[in-house]
Amino acid sequence: MPNQALIVVLGVLTLLAAMAANYARDLAYMANALTVMIVCVGLFIWRVRRYGEPPRAVDDGYQDGVIRAGVIATAFWGVVGFLVGVVIALQLTFPVLNFEWSEGLLNFGRLRPLHTSAVIFAFGGNALIACSFYIVQRTTAARLWGGNLAWFVFWGYQLFIVLAAIGYLLGATQSKEYAEPEWYVDIWLTIVWVAYLAVFLGTIIRRREPHIYVANWFFLSFIVTIAMLHLANNISIPVSIFGSKSVQLFAGVQDAMTQWWYAHNAVGFFLTAGFLGMMYYFVPKQANRPVFSYKLSIVHFWSLIFMYIWAGPHHLHYTALPDWASTLGMVFSVMLWMPSWGGMINGLMTLSGAWDKIRTDPIIRMMVVSLAFYGMATFEGPMMSIKAVNSLSHYTDWTIGHVHSGALGWNGLITFAALYFLTPKLWNRKGLYSLRLVSVHFWLATVGIVFYAASMWVTGIMEGLLWREVDANGFLVNSFADTVVAKFPMYLVRSLGGVLYLLGALIMCYNLWMTVMSDRQRKPVDQPTAAAVGGAM
Amino acid sequence: MKPRQVIPESGDDIATGPDTTGHEWDGIKEYNNPMPRWWLWTMYATIVWGIAYAIAYPSWPLITKATPGLLDYTARGALEEDIRRFNASNAPLDEALVRMELDQVQSDTNLYAYALRGGAAVFRNHCSQCHGSGAAGATGYPNLLDDDWLWGGSEDAIRYTVAHGIRNENDSDARFSQMPAYGEFLETEEIDNLVEYVLSLSGQDHRIEMAVAGSELFAEQCSACHGDAGLGNQEEGAPNLTDAIWLFGGGRDEIRHSIYYSRYGVMPNWNERLTESQIRQVSLYVHQLGGGE
Repeated sequence: MPNQALIVVLGVLTLLAAMAANYARDLAYMANALTVMIVCVGLFIWRVRRYGEPPRAVDDGYQDGVIRAGVIATAFWGVVGFLVGVVIALQLTFPVLNFEWSEGLLNFGRLRPLHTSAVIFAFGGNALIACSFYIVQRTTAARLWGGNLAWFVFWGYQLFIVLAAIGYLLGATQSKEYAEPEWYVDIWLTIVWVAYLAVFLGTIIRRREPHIYVANWFFLSFIVTIAMLHLANNISIPVSIFGSKSVQLFAGVQDAMTQWWYAHNAVGFFLTAGFLGMMYYFVPKQANRPVFSYKLSIVHFWSLIFMYIWAGPHHLHYTALPDWASTLGMVFSVMLWMPSWGGMINGLMTLSGAWDKIRTDPIIRMMVVSLAFYGMATFEGPMMSIKAVNSLSHYTDWTIGHVHSGALGWNGLITFAALYFLTPKLWNRKGLYSLRLVSVHFWLATVGIVFYAASMWVTGIMEGLLWREVDANGFLVNSFADTVVAKFPMYLVRSLGGVLYLLGALIMCYNLWMTVMSDRQRKPVDQPTAAAVGGAM
Repeated sequence: MKPRQVIPESGDDIATGPDTTGHEWDGIKEYNNPMPRWWLWTMYATIVWGIAYAIAYPSWPLITKATPGLLDYTARGALEEDIRRFNASNAPLDEALVRMELDQVQSDTNLYAYALRGGAAVFRNHCSQCHGSGAAGATGYPNLLDDDWLWGGSEDAIRYTVAHGIRNENDSDARFSQMPAYGEFLETEEIDNLVEYVLSLSGQDHRIEMAVAGSELFAEQCSACHGDAGLGNQEEGAPNLTDAIWLFGGGRDEIRHSIYYSRYGVMPNWNERLTESQIRQVSLYVHQLGGGE
């Protein structure tokens, strides 16, 4: 009986985790082993208590429970990620906030990867998993494949986040940007990700629609490519099976190139392709308009995924990287401009005939501004990859501003819009608690992003110019510390932008909470239909 | 070239509007609009530009090296060219600076201005990490703005210190001296007395009887380097103990620590990393910061 087998497996895992904690060679590994042990014990007790109970009746409608959990997780991790972001922005402004008592735990170096991973992988990742599960069911008219496997994906992913976060704070890191988690966390994520692929692909194979909707192309390319990137960039050999430290297989410039191939495509396939999948569903749904151009979606999809994968070397201009690789990265980045904009055009033009809704529907407004920031960031990116521009912008705050106009503007706003769209539907409420609060959130977020991006442009360009300034004899004019002092006012503005953005997210959480709690009047439950099948053929 | 797409004015005419593909998912349909022509042509243009760029610059990886490109450009070559150009134009000034006695440079206004600009750049790059961007130093790293010099503050003394460094193991000509760690052979009480005497030298609050007892010990143990009056000795790098300037702190606890364990400040020798001209530039720069002798 599978339940008995599961109980045995959980018991063995608990024992193994306890042994690992006992033999741990470092604190991060021990803390992670204990976390795993606690999780296994909890699951063990839960299964034992339910022993012999009849299995629950299988619901054959859409599997929405896991998506509801995903919505909650997205909002929760979003607030955590933004909060840590505000803290580290303030630490940069006022270094005294790196307290002596919290050194080696809460100083900037430990918190910074916590912020990036919390926002990209915890907030963004949960949004992607939840939205892809929602969208793939609706657009295939099929229930998620694999039964409770979707729940495994959800909880497994949360465990990945917690293990990674504990590791960062205790100093376990591969020192690779966006790939900081150590080897055993990487292995766990691989298992979860394969399960995710299985659920998603299984659902698509089981679809009751003749064609695969464009959003699902993007989701599938995101899941497959992230798997490939994750495996290639995390090839490492653990120093000990009882320790967190591992040694990378690649060295020197090969390692740097692999890392930036990974990190750039994490942006390309996680933050661009995946979120375009969300856009392609929520924008036409919310606007109630057909997608602007089928042909454009085909061409921009294939050109985007073909070109993105080559653009990584632009992160390593003017380094030990050979010139030819630098050229390759730059040329493909510039060619990537229009394929990226194809998504923006398709999104914005979908609103043709519905532009009046911008006045009345704050969710549409969020989507439009999100697409505008997407367009801006995907123009700025190719521009910054040009070597002449990069020689000014590289290593400066301009890069930080660029990343955040993409992350806060595009990823953040489209996710907020998705959460506002999903919550009333998933909890069967008539509508949102307050559209006015959505509007307040929209303005706080937008003004916050403008503060953030504008201050980082100013300080980034200033920094770049100060660094490169030489006099007639070729002597450097400024010291590094001079440039740090000059940035202070802009750092203050950036922190303020972050505070506004965080405030908006908190208002969203309140609004979503009140939506679920206060309006108890239920709508009829949404059921899968294949009504369109006949017409489509 | 006008796009063939047709966009309806309001939302209720999908049935009569442009063609859709006939697909529908969860109520979402797709128009059969063509791609915007400006979009397509801009994409073609970037591709054409990309091919042209790849022909002009190093791009196609072959077996042992990559195609060099028609312009024969390399990033490293461009940097070397920049450096070569500046070095060539600076060469006469550098040669003049190396030939001239350091205390004479000031008489050549042009050369002196050049040396100070170069020295400031060297300082920002190589010295500010320890001595601070403003050269005010920090605990353990001397302030270079005052006239209290451990190893001498003339142009030549500073040049020697920059070139060879202090107590490093890399340059046998490095300035060297070592204060004994008195904790190893004096009684705690004796050290306490010494501390009080040293406090009295710089006019700080102290316990008089202990200081008197300490003065004898000072004459015995310390005056050989720090001088009878505690004024220090630049030959030995022994600090002046009578002023308010302290490298490792002038409080009771810090002075006790210095006597008990001794101190051992190290500075690297820059003669392997900087040219003679650069060493001279930065020496002149430091000399005019405020305290040059």
